[in-house]
Amino acid sequence: MATQHSRSAARVMMAPAVFLLLVWMLVPLCLTLYFSLLDYRPLRGTFDCCEGLGNYVRFVSSSAFQDSVVTTLMMVGGILVITVIGGILLALLLDQPIFGQGVVRILVIAPFFVMPTVAALVWKNMFMNPVNGLLAHLWRFFGAEPVEWLTNVPLLSIIIIVSWMWLPFATLILLTAIQSLDSEQLEAAEMDGAGFFSRFGYIILPHMARAITVVILIQTIFLLSIFAEIFVTTGGGFGTRTLTYLVYQRVIESQNVGLGSAGGIIAVILANIVAFFLMRIVGKNLDA
Amino acid sequence: MYLKNVLGATSALALTAAATAAFAQDTTITIATVNNGDMIRMQGLTDAFTEAHPDIALEWVTLEENVLRQNVTTDIAQGGGQYDVITIGTYEVPIWGEREWLVPLTDMGDDFAADDLLPAIAGGLTVDGNLMASPFYGESSMVMYRTDLMDAAGLEMPDAPSWEFIREAAIAMTDRDNDIYGVCLRGKPGWGENMAFLTAMSNSFGARWFDEDWTPQFDTQEWADTLNFYLDLMNEAGPPGAANNGFNENLALFQQGQCGMWIDATVAASFVTNPDESEVADSVGFALAPDNGLGRRGNWLWAWSLAIPASSDAPEAAKTFIAWATGPGYLELVAENEGWANVPPGTRTSLYENPAYLEAAPFAEMTLASINEADPQNPTVDPVPYVGVQFVAIPEFQGIGTQVGQIFSSALAGQISAEEALEQAQAFVTEEMDAAGY
Amino acid sequence: MARAVPTQRRITLSVVAWVIALLIFFPILWTILTSFKTEAEAVADPPLFLNFAWTLENYAVVQERSDYLRYLWNSIAIAGGSTLLGLIIAVPAAWSMAFVPGKRTKDILLWMLSTKMLPAVGVLYPIRLILINLGLLDTKFALIFILTLINLPIIVWMLYTYFREIPGEILEAARMDGATLWSEIAHVLTPMAVPGIASTVLLNIILAWNEAFWTLTLTTVDAAPLTAFIASYSSPEGLFYAKLSAASTMAIAPILIMGWFSQKQLVRGLTFGAVK
Repeated sequence: MATQHSRSAARVMMAPAVFLLLVWMLVPLCLTLYFSLLDYRPLRGTFDCCEGLGNYVRFVSSSAFQDSVVTTLMMVGGILVITVIGGILLALLLDQPIFGQGVVRILVIAPFFVMPTVAALVWKNMFMNPVNGLLAHLWRFFGAEPVEWLTNVPLLSIIIIVSWMWLPFATLILLTAIQSLDSEQLEAAEMDGAGFFSRFGYIILPHMARAITVVILIQTIFLLSIFAEIFVTTGGGFGTRTLTYLVYQRVIESQNVGLGSAGGIIAVILANIVAFFLMRIVGKNLDA
Repeated sequence: MYLKNVLGATSALALTAAATAAFAQDTTITIATVNNGDMIRMQGLTDAFTEAHPDIALEWVTLEENVLRQNVTTDIAQGGGQYDVITIGTYEVPIWGEREWLVPLTDMGDDFAADDLLPAIAGGLTVDGNLMASPFYGESSMVMYRTDLMDAAGLEMPDAPSWEFIREAAIAMTDRDNDIYGVCLRGKPGWGENMAFLTAMSNSFGARWFDEDWTPQFDTQEWADTLNFYLDLMNEAGPPGAANNGFNENLALFQQGQCGMWIDATVAASFVTNPDESEVADSVGFALAPDNGLGRRGNWLWAWSLAIPASSDAPEAAKTFIAWATGPGYLELVAENEGWANVPPGTRTSLYENPAYLEAAPFAEMTLASINEADPQNPTVDPVPYVGVQFVAIPEFQGIGTQVGQIFSSALAGQISAEEALEQAQAFVTEEMDAAGY
Repeated sequence: MARAVPTQRRITLSVVAWVIALLIFFPILWTILTSFKTEAEAVADPPLFLNFAWTLENYAVVQERSDYLRYLWNSIAIAGGSTLLGLIIAVPAAWSMAFVPGKRTKDILLWMLSTKMLPAVGVLYPIRLILINLGLLDTKFALIFILTLINLPIIVWMLYTYFREIPGEILEAARMDGATLWSEIAHVLTPMAVPGIASTVLLNIILAWNEAFWTLTLTTVDAAPLTAFIASYSSPEGLFYAKLSAASTMAIAPILIMGWFSQKQLVRGLTFGAVK
C-alpha cells in the first residue's frame, strides 16, 4: 500500500521527532565529550585544554568505578527480579474473579503515581527509621530487635522502595497479557487434567514472554537513571553508589566537570551496551 | 494665586506619589535559603521588610540543604544569575570570595553596625579585608545533656569535660530497655554531617587532615585514636541506626528524651529547651565540647551567612535586604514577635551583652564561650596549611569530605573495621589530592 | 468470566487479594493519616491508627510557608504542556512508522528509546549552560521542551504499538474516498486510536509530574513545580513527620486522584505492544 507519495509524506512526518531527538542527543553529548577532555574545575577556576584521556583513565581506574558498576547491576537486577516475579503473581491473582476487583486494582496501582522523592522520604522516615519507623514498631511488637534498614541493608532497602513504586507498572502490563490469553485453550488444558503448574508453565508463561521482555526493557531504561531515591535515603553511602550517582558526585559535589563528564560518557556507553542486548530481544519480539 | 500654586504643587506631589506607587516593587530579589527553623522564621517576617522597603519585593527559594547547595553552587559556577541573595556557610565564603563570585558587603549603612559582629565569626567571612557574607546565625558545638539522667547516674558534668568523662557518663546513662542511649552523635555521611563532627573531634585528639606539605594524615595514630574512640563510644552507648543520624535525627531523638548527651550545634540549644517542641525542655544542661588535655576542644565554628552573587542584577536591593536580615534591628524584631530565646544567635557582640537575652537564653554564655574557643586559623595541635575547624577550606574538600564521611559511616555501621576505614580514607584522599595537583 | 467458580475459592482469593492490595497501598494511606496528626501523635509509641485528634493544622502551616497553588499550577502547566507538545510531535511520527514501515523503522524506534539512556547528571552542565545563554533558565517553556524530549521515545513507542493494531484497509478505504493525509489522520485514525492516545497521555502526565531531576536543577522560582515544593520539606531542622506527610499528600494528591479516575483508560492502553 505504500506508494511513493506516502513514503515521502511519512518521512516528513517522522522528521520533527527524529530531528529533535537527534539534536537532544548530539548537542549535550558533544559538549560533554568536549568537557571530558578538559581540566574543568569551576571552583578552582580551571578550564584548561587538554587532559586527553586523562579524565577517562582516572574515572575508570578508581576503585569507586568498579564498585558502582556492580552496585548498579545488583540494584537494577534486584528490582527487576522482584517486580517481574511479584508482577506475575499479582497479575495471576488479579485475573481471578474476586470481590471488589476495581477497588483492589486501584489500590495496587497507586504507588505508581507517587513521586520518587516523596516515596523515598516516606519510606525512609516513617517506615525504615530504626527508632520511630513503623517497621521498627512492628519488629518490637514481635519482640525482635528492629532492623537498621538504611545502614545495615541499604541496598536491599532501596530495592524495596523502588520495587514498591514499579510493581504496579509490571503488574498492569502482565495483567493485560494474561487477560488476552485465550480462555478456551486454558479450559481445554484443564479438561485434559493439566494441573495449575503445568498450565502456568506451558501456556501462561510462554504467552507472557513478550510482555515480560517489554517490562524488563522499559524498567531498565528508567532504573539505570535512579537518582532521587538514593539522594534522599543514603546519599550514595554504605555501598549504594550507582554509576549515575558516582557521576553526580563528581560533577556536582566535587565540581570536577571534566572528570564527571568523562564518567557521563562512560555511563552512556555502558548503558547502550545493556540497551543493545535488551533491544535485540525486544526487537525480535516486535517482528513477531 | 497662592491657592492655585498650592493646589498645583499638591497635585504634582500626588502625581509623583502615584508614579512612585506604580513603580513600587519594581525590584524583585530572589533569596535562596535552607529550610532551617531560623530561616523559615525570616521568611515569615517578609511583610515587615516590604513595609519598610516597599520598592523591593522578595521571592523565596527555600530548599533542603543539600539540594540548595547543589543548585546554588552550579548556578554561581556558571554565572547563571538566578539568585540575588544566597545562603552559604563559612566553608564556601573564602573559596567563592577568592574566585570573585561574591559582591563585597561594603557601604551597608550605619544601622548595620559591622563592628558589632563577633570577631571570630566575621573573621571567617572576610576575604582580603572585605566582608563577603554577613552572618545570619553563627554556631559552635557543645555538649547538651540531661540533668535528670546525670543525677540518676550519680555524676556531675563539669563545665569543660574530657572525652573520658563523656564515655563514662554515656555508659552510665545508657538504658537500652527504656530506649535511652547515653550519647547521640552524628553518623550520617557527609562533609557537613559526620565529618563536621569527626574533624572537630579529631582536633582535640591532635589529629589533622593534612600536614604542612598537604600529605593526608589518616595513617597517623591520632586519627586511629579518634576513630576508635568514636566507634567504641557509639557501639557501647549510641542509638540504633546511628550511621544514618544527622543533626535532624539526633535533635528528634534528644527532644523525645532518648539521648543522655548530645554533642552538636549550639543552635540546637534553643530547640531542646523549647517546651513546645521538647519533652525534656526543663532538664537540659550545657557544657563545652570535650577535650583530651591537648589544648584543643572538639568544637567547630560555622555561620550560615547571606551573600550576593556577582551575577545578581540587583546588588543594591540585595544589600538592603542583607542589612535588614542580619542587622541588629532584625534581632529585636524577632524578639518582639517570638521572644528573645528565638533570635538567631551567635553573630553579634551586643546580643551577648543584652540582659533580656541572657535571661531568656540559659545557653547564651556557653554558646559564646564555645564560639570564642574555636580558632579556624589554628584548628588543631600541630600546624596545618589550611583554614577551617571542621572542614578544610579548599574546593576539593566537599567531594573528599563526603567520600571519607561515607567510609567512616560504613565503619560505624559495622561494614568495615576502623583500620580498613582509615586505610581506605588515606588511599582515597591521597589519590584525590594528587589529581588536584597538590 | 464465564467459568463458574466455587464460592469458597472465590472468597479465599478475594481475601488474599485484598490483604495484598492493602499492604501495597498502606504507605500512602499511612502518609495521608499522619498528615492529620499532631507532631507528637505522628511519632507516638505505639503508633496511632485512627484514634487521634484529627487536625488540619499541618496543611495550614505548609500553605502559610509555601504558596501551594503556584507550585501546583507550574506542575500542571509543565506536565500538561509537555504532554501536548509530545503528542503533536509523536502522532505523525508514530503514524508513519505504523503504516508506512520502511526497512529502518524498527531501528529508528529502538534508537529513539536508546536516547533515554543518556544519564541526566552527565549532561546537566551543558544543558544548563545552553539555557543560560538562551535566557531560558527557570522558564516553564524550557522544562516543557526538555520533558517532552525525555518522554518522546516512550510516547512514540506507545502510539506506534497502538496504531499498528488498526487495520490498514480502513485507511485504504478512506484514501479511495479522496481523503488527504491530514484528514485521514484527523477523521479516521485519531478517533480509532482515542483509547491508545488517552492512556499515552495519562502515562506521560504521570512521568512528567514525577520527574525530579530536571525540574529541580533548572528551576528557581517562576517555573518551580511540586518537586521543588517537596524539596523544601525534606529533612528540615527536627523531624516533622506530620508536616512532611501533609506536604507529601499535597504533592501527590492531584496525580493520584487523576490516576484513579482514569485508571481504566490507563490500564487498557498500557501494553507497549506486549499483547497481540
